[in-house]
Amino acid sequence: MNKENTPKIISFLCKWCSYTGADLAGINRSQYPTAILPVKVMCSSRVDPVFLIKAYLRGADGVLVGG
Amino acid sequence: MGLKSRSVMVVGAGIAGIQASLDLAEMGLDVHLVEESATIGGRMPQLDKTFPTNDCSMCILAPKMSECARHPNITIHIKSSVTKVTGNPGDFTAKMVEHAKYVDPVKCVSCGLCEEKCPVKVDDEFDMGLRKRGAISRSFLQSIPSEYTIDKDRCLYLTKGVCRICEKVCPAGAINFEDKDIEIELKVGAVILASGIDAFDPIGFGHFGYKRYPNVVTSLDFERMLSASGPFGGHVLRASDHAEPKSIAFIQCVGSRDESIGHNYCSSACCMFAIKEAIIAKEHMKGLESSIFYMDIRAFGKDFDKYYEKAKGQYGVDFIKSKVSEIRELENGNLSLRHVLENGKIEFAEFDMVVLSVGLQPRKNSVRLAKNLDIKLNEFGFCRSDTFEPLKTSREGIYVCGAMNGPRDIPESVTTASGAVADAVKYLRLDRQEIAEKKIPEKDIVGDRPRIGTFVCHCGINIAGVVDVKDVAEYAKDLPNVEHSEDLMYACSQDCMNTIKQRIEEHGLNRIVIAACTPRTHEPLFREMVSEAGLNPYLFEMANIRDQCSWAHMNEPELATEKSKDLMNMGVAKARELAPLERLPIEINPKALVIGAGLAGMTAAEALADAGHEVFLVEKEAELGGNLRNIYYAFDKDPQELLAEKIKNVSKNKLIHLFKSTKIEKIDGYVGNFVTTLKTEKDEQTLEHGIVIIATGAEEHKTKEYLYGESSRIITQVEFEEMLHNGNFPTKKLKNVVMIQCVGSREEDRMYCSRVCCTKAVKNALTLKKKFPNINTYIAYRDIRTYGFREKYYTELRDLGTMFVHYDLDKKPEITLVDEWDPDSQVNVTIFDPIMDKEVEVKTDLLVLATAIDAKKENIELGKMLKVPLNADGMFMEAHVKLRPVDFATDGVFVAGLAHTPKDIDESMAQAKAAASRALTFLNKKAILAEGTICEVNDSRCTGCGYCEQICAYNAIEVDLEKEIAIVNEALCKGCGACVASCRCAALDLRGFSNEQLFSAFDALEMTNILNN
Repeated sequence: MNKENTPKIISFLCKWCSYTGADLAGINRSQYPTAILPVKVMCSSRVDPVFLIKAYLRGADGVLVGG
Repeated sequence: MGLKSRSVMVVGAGIAGIQASLDLAEMGLDVHLVEESATIGGRMPQLDKTFPTNDCSMCILAPKMSECARHPNITIHIKSSVTKVTGNPGDFTAKMVEHAKYVDPVKCVSCGLCEEKCPVKVDDEFDMGLRKRGAISRSFLQSIPSEYTIDKDRCLYLTKGVCRICEKVCPAGAINFEDKDIEIELKVGAVILASGIDAFDPIGFGHFGYKRYPNVVTSLDFERMLSASGPFGGHVLRASDHAEPKSIAFIQCVGSRDESIGHNYCSSACCMFAIKEAIIAKEHMKGLESSIFYMDIRAFGKDFDKYYEKAKGQYGVDFIKSKVSEIRELENGNLSLRHVLENGKIEFAEFDMVVLSVGLQPRKNSVRLAKNLDIKLNEFGFCRSDTFEPLKTSREGIYVCGAMNGPRDIPESVTTASGAVADAVKYLRLDRQEIAEKKIPEKDIVGDRPRIGTFVCHCGINIAGVVDVKDVAEYAKDLPNVEHSEDLMYACSQDCMNTIKQRIEEHGLNRIVIAACTPRTHEPLFREMVSEAGLNPYLFEMANIRDQCSWAHMNEPELATEKSKDLMNMGVAKARELAPLERLPIEINPKALVIGAGLAGMTAAEALADAGHEVFLVEKEAELGGNLRNIYYAFDKDPQELLAEKIKNVSKNKLIHLFKSTKIEKIDGYVGNFVTTLKTEKDEQTLEHGIVIIATGAEEHKTKEYLYGESSRIITQVEFEEMLHNGNFPTKKLKNVVMIQCVGSREEDRMYCSRVCCTKAVKNALTLKKKFPNINTYIAYRDIRTYGFREKYYTELRDLGTMFVHYDLDKKPEITLVDEWDPDSQVNVTIFDPIMDKEVEVKTDLLVLATAIDAKKENIELGKMLKVPLNADGMFMEAHVKLRPVDFATDGVFVAGLAHTPKDIDESMAQAKAAASRALTFLNKKAILAEGTICEVNDSRCTGCGYCEQICAYNAIEVDLEKEIAIVNEALCKGCGACVASCRCAALDLRGFSNEQLFSAFDALEMTNILNN
C-alpha cells in the first residue's frame, strides 16, 4: 500500500476504553494498517450521527466508533 | 495534638496498598508507598479478567496505578523493604532499604533495547515462567514506574564481572552499575500494611503431578495463558504438543481446606476464579468442555451466584461434586483423574488439560516482616487481627488491609484498604485543604488570533526509528496559524519542557500541540507545563504518534510518517478551536449525614467524628443497633458487648448528632452541598451537609416455606440464636435439631447467596453442641460456604459429630408435622442423603431455617432521592464492583453494610470505615474543582424537552420547568457528552470536545474517498 491508495478511516475512540485499547495495541506492537486516524472523545456516546455524515462528506473512506 | 505527623507509610503496592495510598493522599497526607518488587500493581496485572463482570483486570487497574504515580502526595519506593519500625503511634521512625536498580530512572526511556540484547534469559515470574526475560527487565508493559531495573542476582556483570552489553546499547545512557542500596529513615504517624498473599505452590503434591506432567497447570499459569497480553497472546495451548485442548478439568481447593498441610481455611476467591477461567476458556475455544471438581462452590459475594448459574446454564460448565485423589498422565499427554463421588464411588475421567485451583497463603516474607514490625501472626501465618477490630494489627498505630490478614478478593481488598485509612488517620494530622493557588498568573488570550506551537518528539528511537520526525516538524510549519515548529529528543524530559516554555515566551504562542506518546500518560504533565508558562492548561493538544502510530506501523515507515502528518494536522486544527476553560470551585460542607444507625452506620459515624467532622446520624427506629441487636454469638466474641460499646460511643460523642425515630423526607443538592429534610412524628427540620453515607441495612426474609409458622418448633436462625441466648426453647427435651440452609436464598426470586447463614448455622450449632453435647444436630445444605478462617469452625463442628446432608434444589427436604393439630408439634424431616444414597427421615424437636437476607423496600425511595441505582435484588449498586466498592457514580454518596450486600460483622465494620475514609477524601477539602471539560447549554436554542435529563447517567442535567431550559450542574457533569449527541436542537455542547473542535479535527484532513473512486 502506498500514500495514494491508503484509505482514511476516521475513528472515534472513547477515552476510557477503545483509545486506551489502541494504545495497548501499540504497546504490544500489534501491527495494523495506517488507515486508522483516531479522534479521541470523552465517551462513544458523544459521537453525534452528524459526525459520521460529515466525515463521509469530507471524503473519509470509513468511520469507526469504538466504545 | 499538634505533634501528630502528616506522613504515613503504606507497605505493599498491590491494589490494597494503591487504594490506601490514594485515599491518604487525597486527604492531603504525605504517603510513602513501599514496594518490594520493581513495580506497583501487585497481583491484579497478572489477571486476565475479573469476576463477576469479566472486566479486563489491567484496564481497570491502570488508571489507579497512574493516578498513584502522578499524585504529588505519594512517593513510591520500589525495590524497597522495611527493616524496622520504632517509636509510638503518631511518631514512628521507620527504617527501610531501597535496593539498587542499576538504571537511572530519570534517563531511562523504557525502549526495551537493553532487555532485547541482554544475553541472560531466565523464567519470567510475571508470566509464571511461560516466557523468558532478561536480567535487565521490567515486570510488564504497563508497569509503574515504567523504567527497567537490573536483577542483580542474574546479571552477568554483577555476578561474574563480564558483559555490560546493556550499557553499550542503551541510547539514553541510563545504565549505572555504580548504583548502591540506600538506607532511608522516615518519620511517620501510622503504618498501613498491605503486603498481600502468595499463591500456593502445588509442587509438593506429587499425586497431582504439577511440573511433572506438562499439561497440568495452576490457575495462575492458566490466567497468563488466557491473557491477550500474555506469553501466548490469549491462545491456550497444551505444553506437551502445542495442541488446543478440547477438555479442561479444574480441581478446587488445592492447598486450601486441607488440614494435612495446616491450611484449615478456605481461600475464598478460588471458586469464582475457576468459574471465571472456565467461562473465559469456553469463550476462547469453541466446543471446549470444562469441568470443575469441587467440594462446595463458594460463590458468596455480590452477584457471584448469578455468575455461577450463568456458567452452569449459558456456558454449560460441568460442576462435579467430587474429590480428586490422583492424576495420571496417559500416553497421548491426556490426564486421567481418579475421583471419589459423594456416595463413595470411585470414578475415572480423562481430560486434555488440568488446572489446579491453587489456594492463597501468607507471603514468604510475612514472618520476617512481622518480626521487623513487631506484629503478631495468626495460627495460619496471616497477620493477626480481631473480628471486632478487623483492620488493626497487634501493634497500635499499625493497620492491615488486603489479603494480608486473610484470603480476600479484589473488592474486599479495596474496601479494607480504605477502611484501614480511616483507622490510621487517628494518628495523623488532618487539615482541611484549600485549592492550591495557581503559581503563575494566566495570560488572557481571548480575542488573540491563534499562535500555535508544534513540537514533535523523537522519544529516542521509539518514534524516530519509524517516523521521519524532522519531516513531520517541517510539515507542521506550513499549517495555518503555526508560528513555530521543532523536533525534540524527549519532549517530556525536564530540559525539553524548559525549551517549550521558552518558545512559548519567545514566539508569543497561545496554543501548543505536542506530537509524542499518548495523552493518557503524558497529558497531565504537559498541561502542567503549559500552565507554568502562563497559558490555560486546556490550550493544549496531543497527537499520539507513538502508541497509535510508530509502534503500530513499524514496518511501514513512510506511511507512518504520512499518518503522523495527518495526526499533527488534526491536532493543529483542533488546537485552533481551543478555548481556555475554567475549573469552577465547589465548596465542601464539612458535615456528614449517615443514614441508618446499625453497626455500619454507627461505625462510619464514629470514624468521621474521630477525624473531626460533625455527623448527623439518622435512625428510623427508636433504638440504635439494627440487626446487631439480634446477634448474640460471634465464636469467641460477644456482639452484645460490641453493640453496647458502639451505642455508648456514638451517644457520648459531641460531634455526633443522633436522630432516633426519624425518617428522611427529602434530599437535595450534590457533593459538598446536600440539603436534607428530616421528619419525626412531631416535626420537620433541614440539615446541610457535604456527603451522605447510606447504611440502611437489610432484613430477614419472611419465609412461607417448610411450614414456617405452623408449629412453634419451626423457627428461623435469628429466632434460634435468641433462644440459645435466653434458654427458652419450645421444649425441655431437645434431642434432635435439624437446620435447613438457603431458605429463600439462591433461588429464582433471590438469585444470591445471603453469605452469613452458613457461618451462622455453624456458629449456633457449635454453641448448642458445647452447651448440650448429647443433642444430635443435622444441617441440610446446598454448599457450605464457611469462607476464609470460618472454615475451621466448620471442621470443628463436623468433628463434634454434626451430620451435614447435602441437598439439591430439585430435592429439597420435605417437612411434615408429627401432629397436625398440635401448635407445638414435632417435625418430620425427610431428605435424600447422597452419602448413604437413600432417603432418610428424622423426627426433630426443632427445625431451624436459615432464611435469606432481603433488601429493604425503602431503598427504592432513598435511591431516587440520592439519584443512585439499585441492583436487581434491590441492594444498592456501587460505582464499580471491583475497584469502587463503597462509592457511587454520583460523587459524595457512599454505601456501607448490608444495604450494599449481605455481610458479616467484621466486613460491615471494615466497609463502614471504608465509606468514612472515602467521604473524608471530600470532607477534608474546603473546596474541590469541577472538571473543565463539561457540558454547556445554549439557552436560546434549548426548548427544555428534557431528553438530555433522561440520558445523563450522572443526573447532572435538570430542566428548569419555569424557564424551560436545561441547566447543567457543573459539579456533577463528567463531560461524557452523551447529552450533546442526543440534543435535537443542538443547544448543548461539550467544552474541550465541542462539535466545532471535533469536526475541525477531521475537516482539516486532505481526504479523497479512494475506496469509492
